[in-house]
Amino acid sequence: MANLKINAMGLEFKNPVLTASGTYGFGEEFSEIYDVSILGGICSKGLTLNGRSGNTGIRLWETPMGLMNSIGLQNPGVDSFIKHELPRMKSYNTIIAANLGGHCDEDYYEGIYKLNETDVDLIELNISCPNVKSGGMAFGIKSSVAYDIVSKLRKICKKPLMVKLSPNAENISEMAIACEAAGADGISLINTLQALAIDIKKRRAVFDNIYAGLSGPCVKPIALRMVRDAAKSVKIPVCGLGGIMSADDVIEFIMAGATLVQIGTGNFIKPDTAVDIINNLSEYMDKEGIKSLDEIRGII
Amino acid sequence: MKVVKSRIRENIKISNRIHRLTCEFTGDIKPGQFFMLKTLDNSFLLPRPISVNDSCDNTVTFLYRTEGKGTTKISTLREDDELQLFGPLGNGFAIDSLDGKTAVVGGGIGIAPLLYLVKALGKKADVYLGFKDSENVYLVEEFRKYADKTIVVTEDGSDGEKGFVTDFISYKEYETVMTCGPEIMMNKIVKNCLENNVKCYVSLERRMACGMGVCLGCTVETKSGNKRACKDGPVFSSEELI
Repeated sequence: MANLKINAMGLEFKNPVLTASGTYGFGEEFSEIYDVSILGGICSKGLTLNGRSGNTGIRLWETPMGLMNSIGLQNPGVDSFIKHELPRMKSYNTIIAANLGGHCDEDYYEGIYKLNETDVDLIELNISCPNVKSGGMAFGIKSSVAYDIVSKLRKICKKPLMVKLSPNAENISEMAIACEAAGADGISLINTLQALAIDIKKRRAVFDNIYAGLSGPCVKPIALRMVRDAAKSVKIPVCGLGGIMSADDVIEFIMAGATLVQIGTGNFIKPDTAVDIINNLSEYMDKEGIKSLDEIRGII
Repeated sequence: MKVVKSRIRENIKISNRIHRLTCEFTGDIKPGQFFMLKTLDNSFLLPRPISVNDSCDNTVTFLYRTEGKGTTKISTLREDDELQLFGPLGNGFAIDSLDGKTAVVGGGIGIAPLLYLVKALGKKADVYLGFKDSENVYLVEEFRKYADKTIVVTEDGSDGEKGFVTDFISYKEYETVMTCGPEIMMNKIVKNCLENNVKCYVSLERRMACGMGVCLGCTVETKSGNKRACKDGPVFSSEELI
């Protein structure tokens, strides 16, 4: 029997399969379909210090083998998460990551201080939000900006810190190195790719915000390349995501250097995708005579 | 709710661009609920939300209009093919607490889910159905079997009454109005119900990805903040809506 257990960032994951932020809520809805405790971990819906009602207009747009979204971080805020969602999430026997975003340094500080006092296992830091003090450019574009915020947060954060990288970063290897140097315990990538859809009849952008984030199988080859680049540049564990729909896709990410993976859009396509993947991953390893994923990690 | 591979019993065109799909499914379904449907190949990515038109003898029936590549692909499936069903989803119409007479008002493809509702309400319901013209009329005979009275309205008068269905409802006769159809029609019904102090429930359609309340793509603004059409709806009391 294959051993799927992964030790990373000081935590023990029962398998490398987590669910990605924004595609899984806080686990409650999926727990009506299957036992979510089988997962390696759950990344919460992206949280901000204060609740947000999200973006106006169309929020979803299908593309050939892809999904664009402009939800706008609709979430109940950190306090409400801690009070109403986390206790139930902690009753699931799996690693719980709080995904935290911010629009200025202070947002992040406050969020971290509050999460420090909870029994959340891991903080996944979303640095793809626009930084209001840098003319709206996201924290995750320039590695110097990312280094600055991650190193400040590392000093105050009592939890393992996994930084979620944007594929829109100027240089993904430099970004990974900057996060490692700033003290990140791990990195996850890729967040959605900034993309554009146009309604030619209305002669305007589909989304009120013009640009939206692209995910799904169409981004997988790009995600694999970036995961490989990042994994070759740092020693901290890399959590790979981007278009994973099957156990075969997971194997590709592991071969590209990922220690953990996340299922995102796949949760929408077939709600029990993660269950299939975990089962098929074991089967694949048994069939191939692989005892531990270490044997194939980063072989490309 | 569950996700299953379901065998198709029938998938045929019944009217202009409207198809009837019957699949095997075992489980309780409430009127107004929907399923996410997907072909098993990867010809399109996201499952399509389709409301339940009927359910009996371990089957579920959907009526859908071919609009884009998803529904067009679904229309190519044949008897004994399989497809992915996820559901039933959403709250459905609250029919247990109804008093008095109910008007059920549908327009276009929004008529499809109302048959299952009318079957559940029986003779307590009068049905008002709005179509563009006689070429697009469907399902009327089925409604006549179950409803107390069925009124057909076409915009050009080529079948039934001429005009808009909203102009033929005597609101004062009803305790409750339940509706599904184009937003412009439902907006008018909500306004008329408010003026006549009639309870009103609307079934909303939104673009959605997950169908189960996690992607937050199908947001509906309500007096108590953002709600999810897929999970908190698709049926909303008009009092909740802004």
